[in-house]
Amino acid sequence: MNEWLDPLLLSRWQFGLTTIYHFLFVPLTIGMALTVAIFQTAWVRTGQVKYLQLTHFFGKIFLINFAMGVVTGIVQEFQFGMNWSDYSRFVGDVFGAPLAFEGIVAFFLEATFIGLWIFGWDKLPRYLHLATIWLVAIGSAASAYFIIAANAFMQNPVAFRINEAKGRAELTDIGELLSNPIAVAAFPHTLFACFMVSSGLIISVTAWHLARNQHLETMRPALKFGLWMMVIAGIGTTLMGDQLSLAMVDAQPMKMAAAEALYQTATGANASFSIFTLGTPDGVHELFSIRVPYLLSFLSTHTFDGTVEGINNLQAQYVQLYGPGDYTPIIWITYWSFRWMIGLGLLHIFVAVIGLWVTRGGRHPRNRWVWKAAIWSFPLSLGAMIVGWVFTEMGRQPWLVFGLLKTEDGVSPGVSGLEVLISLCAFTLTYGALAVVEFRLILKAVRTGPDDAPAQHPETGEPVHRVTVY
Amino acid sequence: MDLNVLWFWIIAAMFIGYFVLDGFDFGVGMSLPFLGRDDTDRRVLINTIGPIWDLNETWVIVAGASLFAAFPEWYATLFSGFYLALLLILLALIARGVSFEYRHQRSHPRWKNWFDGMIVVGSAVPALLWGVAFANVVQGVPLDAGHNYTGTLFDLLNPYALLGGFTTLLLFFTHGVVFVSLKTEGDIRQRARRLAVRSGILTIVVAAAFLAWTVLAYGTTASAVLASAAALTLIVSFVANLRGAEGWAFALMAATIALAVLTLFASLFPDVMPASNDPANSLTIENASSTPYTLQVMSWTALIAMPVILLYQGWSYWVFRKRIGRAHIEGAQGPERVDEHATT
Ligand code: HDD
Ligand code: HEM
Ligand code: HEM
Repeated sequence: MNEWLDPLLLSRWQFGLTTIYHFLFVPLTIGMALTVAIFQTAWVRTGQVKYLQLTHFFGKIFLINFAMGVVTGIVQEFQFGMNWSDYSRFVGDVFGAPLAFEGIVAFFLEATFIGLWIFGWDKLPRYLHLATIWLVAIGSAASAYFIIAANAFMQNPVAFRINEAKGRAELTDIGELLSNPIAVAAFPHTLFACFMVSSGLIISVTAWHLARNQHLETMRPALKFGLWMMVIAGIGTTLMGDQLSLAMVDAQPMKMAAAEALYQTATGANASFSIFTLGTPDGVHELFSIRVPYLLSFLSTHTFDGTVEGINNLQAQYVQLYGPGDYTPIIWITYWSFRWMIGLGLLHIFVAVIGLWVTRGGRHPRNRWVWKAAIWSFPLSLGAMIVGWVFTEMGRQPWLVFGLLKTEDGVSPGVSGLEVLISLCAFTLTYGALAVVEFRLILKAVRTGPDDAPAQHPETGEPVHRVTVY
Repeated sequence: MDLNVLWFWIIAAMFIGYFVLDGFDFGVGMSLPFLGRDDTDRRVLINTIGPIWDLNETWVIVAGASLFAAFPEWYATLFSGFYLALLLILLALIARGVSFEYRHQRSHPRWKNWFDGMIVVGSAVPALLWGVAFANVVQGVPLDAGHNYTGTLFDLLNPYALLGGFTTLLLFFTHGVVFVSLKTEGDIRQRARRLAVRSGILTIVVAAAFLAWTVLAYGTTASAVLASAAALTLIVSFVANLRGAEGWAFALMAATIALAVLTLFASLFPDVMPASNDPANSLTIENASSTPYTLQVMSWTALIAMPVILLYQGWSYWVFRKRIGRAHIEGAQGPERVDEHATT
């Protein structure tokens, strides 16, 4: 068969690309919904018009982004059946339920109240209108929980039994499924990471304006807010990432070994964490490496004399358990994605603390480099998020559902390579074009800056809102 | 009643929700070239569905996910079998969704024309293809023993299925135009009513042919009754529109769509995906469904959540119940209505 038309390879590329693309928008939706809700609450509580301006300004960016999250999400929902039909048959009884909950509980809530928020400024009383954006924020966080619970089943299958006759996994306990230890740790980790991304956006945008000395009265408080949010969310992400590591070592020791490219089982000081390695991370040719002794032991077991199992050892175990085969993910991807995630995350906390210091008490740094550096916080925090997921999903390979179903056994048998090639090209072209438009629109909205304070109604003194939107 | 029977009808109800609600969004989108004489007109049209199209579209996500949870085999066979058709639907929904959000971001006429075009195509393609897909399900498709579809895209484009596609296309078009007449004021409302008369005649002819074919070839007594009811409500809706009873015309169009979907599901039952080559390969509500435990969990969720959902969605429609006209569009000429701009 023509190797370019391998439906498995193409389906994997398509799923990976479209999911990453979807996830470029989702963190901002989750994080910005909360941010906008906080700004609007500040306006409703204090009546200060700058908070209303900030609500509208960041609300606009939020909405441009939101549309993309919605349309790319539908693709995700359909793709399980379209490209991974044998996977869907195998897990549907278990995996379908959290996905359906996501729709019934979260997406309906979000989609309804976002409409009420956008178009309801002049139709709803202030507090009721404020409630709509909070419901959007709650809905988007809830959707994250359910999708992560579904994903956690793939990382660490729980609450199921295998029905041999039907060749599928069957749900035994919904409560256990939703309280999967991986989901319980991954949800707050992801949620905090989403808030890092949205504070990254606030920092980038405000820094761009402040570097030009414009819109000071709105951008200064927003920058302060963004920096604090970055520090808090960054610490939260780190602490929860630590918890997630523990859960992961329990469920998928191979992933931690692959994250460290650790071939031989190591204990205590030998279980060191390499911050940086030059050469091939296959453990054979190490040219140069900065290592922190004990750190890997601590990450994996929370003790300094713990034992971390190595790849060779685990590979041998898995061959005994599951039969002959290669059970090792692609090491250079897991190794570097894990480092970039953690490295970029720690960098953000560090930079945000410096940012708080140099702007303390209303100071305005004159050095252009301070602002130039700050502008990078949005792309880099989003990058940390993406490599984190690449680590999670690639580290699971060759399994689709860990220990139960291999990726190669999940792909749709009835879909030809040509069909997947067509859809892969169609999605790539469409998504590429949309990315350009989206990027330009966001840039334009950012450059335009917040609108002037809205006019006031002659009698009531209330701000006059726009009635039609589209 | 067995839970898988219950869920068969819940899935039907969810697709009814989707087709009735997003159906008029598709219709409004398709009506842009017919009713939108200038940019202000087109903005009036788009704003009639502005606050609600997203929640209407969410019905297909929930229907799809419920299908996955309740009938995994059905979901897997349907979605992988109709791969390219669904790809087209997805691309169309993407184009339509971003166009609503992006067309007003710039005022260049070319920018707006481009996104208007995408709204029209992005509405027409799903309106057509959903009908094609459902007609094929009712008719049956070739399946192998592993329940995988063995035909091609062109097998899906057979006469019965194409007639089904044109039926949904026309039903949604008329549904949308009637919705416009219900939600707008002034000249555009009058034009919508006249357009609904013309498209209504065509819709009645095509839908009657499709329903008759369905009942004769695949029907049961139940589907015959439902199909007759659908034809009746469609005709009464047409008469209501002629007499200017816009609310009735719209409600009856909704009923027509619901009854037409029910006709298809009643013809299907108890199969969910009949195999045209060998009945032994058919998917039924028995062999395609999840375990009773999963269905039980899903039933409780639906039982608790759906009333709340219907309540807040209904409230959202209530909030946006007012008619929209050119006067509401900023920067448009027409009598200024300052009083309406104030907050309540
Ligand atoms: C801004 C983003 C960000 C930052 C700074 C971090 N992470 Fe992370 N991490 C994610 C964003 C992320 C993520 C994209 O959200 C992932 C993917 C899956 C998940 O649940 O969260 C993830 C996954 C993930 C996993 C894999 C879980 C699995 O496969 O089961 C581990 C072990 C960690 N993280 C650990 C950490 C540690 C110890 C960090 C800091 C010291 C850290 N992460 C910072
Ligand atoms: C939480 C819900 C998620 C589920 C249920 C899920 C499920 C899947 C599935 C079924 C595959 C295809 C099989 C494979 O190639 O391994 C896959 C692959 C992949 N996913 Fe996820 N995923 C989820 C979230 C994410 C997110 C948020 C991202 C990134 C932003 C992501 C990134 C990837 C990548 C990069 C691949 C490709 C791996 C490969 O090619 O081997 N996933 N995932
Ligand atoms: C591969 C698995 C995924 C699937 C099947 C999926 C499905 C969807 C769907 C169907 C939508 C559109 C919702 C709408 O129209 O209202 C959407 C949007 C969204 N998704 Fe995903 N998604 C996946 C990954 C993720 C992940 C990992 C998260 C969170 C961590 C997430 C959170 C969201 C959010 C917050 C939105 C925003 C827009 C909205 O809900 O309306 N998704 N997703």
